[in-house]
Amino acid sequence: MAQAQVDAQRRILRLKLNGRWREDAVAENQLLVEYLRDVVRLAGTKTGCDGGECGACTVLVDDQAMPSCIMLAVRCEGRSVETIEGLASQGRLHRLQRAFHDKLGTQCGFCTPGMIMAAEALLRRNPQPSDSDIRTALSGNLCRCTGYVKIIESVQAAAETTS
Amino acid sequence: MTPPAAAGPGAPRHGIPLIDGVEKVTGRAVYTADLDHADALVGRIFRSPVSHGEIVRLDVANARALDGVFAVLTGDDCPHTYGVLPIAMNEYPLARGRVRYRGEPVAAVAAIDAATAQRALDLIEFEVRELPAYYASAAARAAGAMLLHDNKPGNLEREIHHTFGDVAAGFARADLVREDRISCAEVNHAQIEPHAALAEYEPLTQRLTMQSVSQVAYYLHLMLARCLDMDASRIRVIKPFVGGGFGARVEVLNFEIITALLARAAAGKVMMQLTREENFLTHRARPQTDTRLKLGMCRDGRITACECEVTQRGGAYAGYGIITILYAGALLQGIYDIPAIKYDGYRVYANLPPCGAMRGHGGVDTRHAFECLLDRMARELGLDPFAVRRANLLQAPTRTMNDLMVNSYGLPECLDTVEQASGWRERIGKLPPGKGLGMACSHYVSGAAKPVHWTGEPHAAVNLKLDFDGSITAFTGAADIGQGSSTMVAITVAETLDVALERVRVVAGDSAITPKDNGAYSSRITFMVGNAAIDAAKNLRKILIEAAARKLEAPPEDIECSGEQFRVGSGGQAVLAFADVVQAALVDVGAITVKGTFTCPPEFQGGKRRGGAVGSTMGFSYAAQVVEVSVEEATGAITVDKVWTALDCGYAINPLAVEGQIQGSVWMGMGQALSEETRYLDGLPAHASLLEYRVPTIAESPPIEVHIVESRDPHGPFGAKEASEGALAGFAPALVNAVANAIGIDLDELPLTPDRVMEALVERRRRARLGALHKAAP
Repeated sequence: MAQAQVDAQRRILRLKLNGRWREDAVAENQLLVEYLRDVVRLAGTKTGCDGGECGACTVLVDDQAMPSCIMLAVRCEGRSVETIEGLASQGRLHRLQRAFHDKLGTQCGFCTPGMIMAAEALLRRNPQPSDSDIRTALSGNLCRCTGYVKIIESVQAAAETTS
Repeated sequence: MTPPAAAGPGAPRHGIPLIDGVEKVTGRAVYTADLDHADALVGRIFRSPVSHGEIVRLDVANARALDGVFAVLTGDDCPHTYGVLPIAMNEYPLARGRVRYRGEPVAAVAAIDAATAQRALDLIEFEVRELPAYYASAAARAAGAMLLHDNKPGNLEREIHHTFGDVAAGFARADLVREDRISCAEVNHAQIEPHAALAEYEPLTQRLTMQSVSQVAYYLHLMLARCLDMDASRIRVIKPFVGGGFGARVEVLNFEIITALLARAAAGKVMMQLTREENFLTHRARPQTDTRLKLGMCRDGRITACECEVTQRGGAYAGYGIITILYAGALLQGIYDIPAIKYDGYRVYANLPPCGAMRGHGGVDTRHAFECLLDRMARELGLDPFAVRRANLLQAPTRTMNDLMVNSYGLPECLDTVEQASGWRERIGKLPPGKGLGMACSHYVSGAAKPVHWTGEPHAAVNLKLDFDGSITAFTGAADIGQGSSTMVAITVAETLDVALERVRVVAGDSAITPKDNGAYSSRITFMVGNAAIDAAKNLRKILIEAAARKLEAPPEDIECSGEQFRVGSGGQAVLAFADVVQAALVDVGAITVKGTFTCPPEFQGGKRRGGAVGSTMGFSYAAQVVEVSVEEATGAITVDKVWTALDCGYAINPLAVEGQIQGSVWMGMGQALSEETRYLDGLPAHASLLEYRVPTIAESPPIEVHIVESRDPHGPFGAKEASEGALAGFAPALVNAVANAIGIDLDELPLTPDRVMEALVERRRRARLGALHKAAP
């Protein structure tokens, strides 16, 4: 989206994105999801609603799952932001990606990046989550395809895999 | 066609992850909104602020004059209607003369960026003379109501009256006759990917490339040609990754045509992304439905007659309405043996966003009423709910009274399976207070045997290319919208050729490359495209065997091929590798392209009766399910503790995907049953966000245990039928029956929100108090 930010002040944003520091000039009112998709051109993070309703835009900010559609990019100054693109490394799928693929935790795939990032935040703070821990952690992420059954199985399978 | 030997009966099969799954889990899958559109203009739509009105003045001069605005369009710019059925296209992409629902597109702009586009919308001057508006079927049908469409008296889009068998005699010989009125709220698909389209018009060559979220790219292609007055050969329609459909994107949607019109007017590229609110305004989902159902039953549970009246509030335009109201009647049949059926269907216009097709199209709300009533009558007669269903089973093969063919029928096994898995016999009637079990059955078509546009072409066509590198590429127009249809094509091709799955690549959904396909609707792809893919693979296999025969100097009938090796006879010494055979096959002819097709024979396409084609299919899927609930009497809150589902999909080509589809459809039925409903305040949607429109979250979603029943359909690909829709309709009645079992109250309105349950509980307490007073008084 070629969003005009004519009225907004711009400033230099410095953040660590998927492990690498970078600097960009961003408008002060630019949302994190717009920054990721339109400035950095990482389109893996999705928008599914009009703000904070569906969780498709979930990214990690300093290890915490955050909806990037209701967070300003400038609030990430000096912080670490991780997106779905940062998970796979050196040609290997991350354990959550592997599990969501193998167990069909993804169907249409649109909620998947946000779902995986929310699950990653959970596994980082709670490596062996119970069924109810998983349900609580992912309750802000809507999926319309799976009925969530295979999503829970995917997160459980990933938790049982050593990363 | 028999299933491949390696995957024959008894062999455990777990299924195969989606062939495009890696793209999805890595975020590399490109959906429409992800397409490169840095140089595109931004499209926005100006929508009607009133529910019904005559357009008095629409002045876009100021918007057009704004710097950075490249195009502003109104209804004057497109005099063509669009729609699904050639006989019912009564809608313009941008309103002309009159608006009929709040949110109807009136004008559209393409501008350099979103802020400019928004400013342009604000500069549009719109004056409207308001007309009376109707938000309920009864109000729209009332005498003296103003007509939404002048040629539709009574605001009826269509009424249907069908009678099969002797209904009066059936009721006369019944031991019990019961009539209930049951209503279901309107629901929405709420696919997680919002609508989006990217249109590029090249003025020098006068060609249009359209990329959109469509489930049926071919309809979009046709309607673009019609509404833009373009030769269809100058249009290319591409389907990127699609984030769910569920029927929302079967019809061509107004914003798609508007985006193309803007691109042509601006002589460039336009990206249109709708907000979630606009997705709800675009709607095209399951209508609010009132069902009056009367059944006659013998003491043994046999149904003697059925009389069903269905009223659907269809919204402001035709859309799929005629088909939906026909389906509601047609799908009364094909699941049980019922000797007499009378159906009266009314599809009503109202000043609300148009309804359309949604998963389980047409059958869901009628099935809901039917399965609830079956249970209530079973209770009155002291029969077990399973026994009542078993008393009315069909015997396949058979032809129903409305000419639907049933060639495979796994419902009896589905019933046995869920009865046993849920421990029904041991547990029913013995659960603690507030807990209950309920069950219901359902079915759905595996593709409409008669397509909407009858052209005489095959129902499906698949091309295969084999080239020097030994790769096999399957070309299909079938839209993979997450259901795994491309994976299904790869599996059927690989198994028929007995080659590694990795050798097969699938290219889908690009009108410049892939053969036309009728699209992802009515669960047609596995049955039709699967059969076409097998046909194509058989043709290629023949070519390979002939090439091997030439090389091995043996007659083709003596050539055995398995696991990418060719030899003479099963114990043949000389073995040819796949690469050698490919090389031999390409001598003199070069790269090989073969085609496979599938056509439903005429005897499957429904009778000659008017509307008879709707509901006709080569194979019905069947499902039974048991739902266990807990009802909290203090709050009316329902918790679904567990669901057991069995579905007869003929044969599971990919068991993993079948399981996923069944869980997803059962769960979608749960959303409709428990919490989902659209609500309008004088036509203003009060539900138009994912916070207000309550899709179940992971927190309240139950475990769904799936059992796959394989009845081996004689005509399905490897015996397969559909698996994505059949189980949906059974959930809501199983839930209502379970709640009745838990608290002894029959609820007649969906969804069973806590306030509806609470109201029923309070009413019961009030009556009990009154009853006690009456007893005490004398």
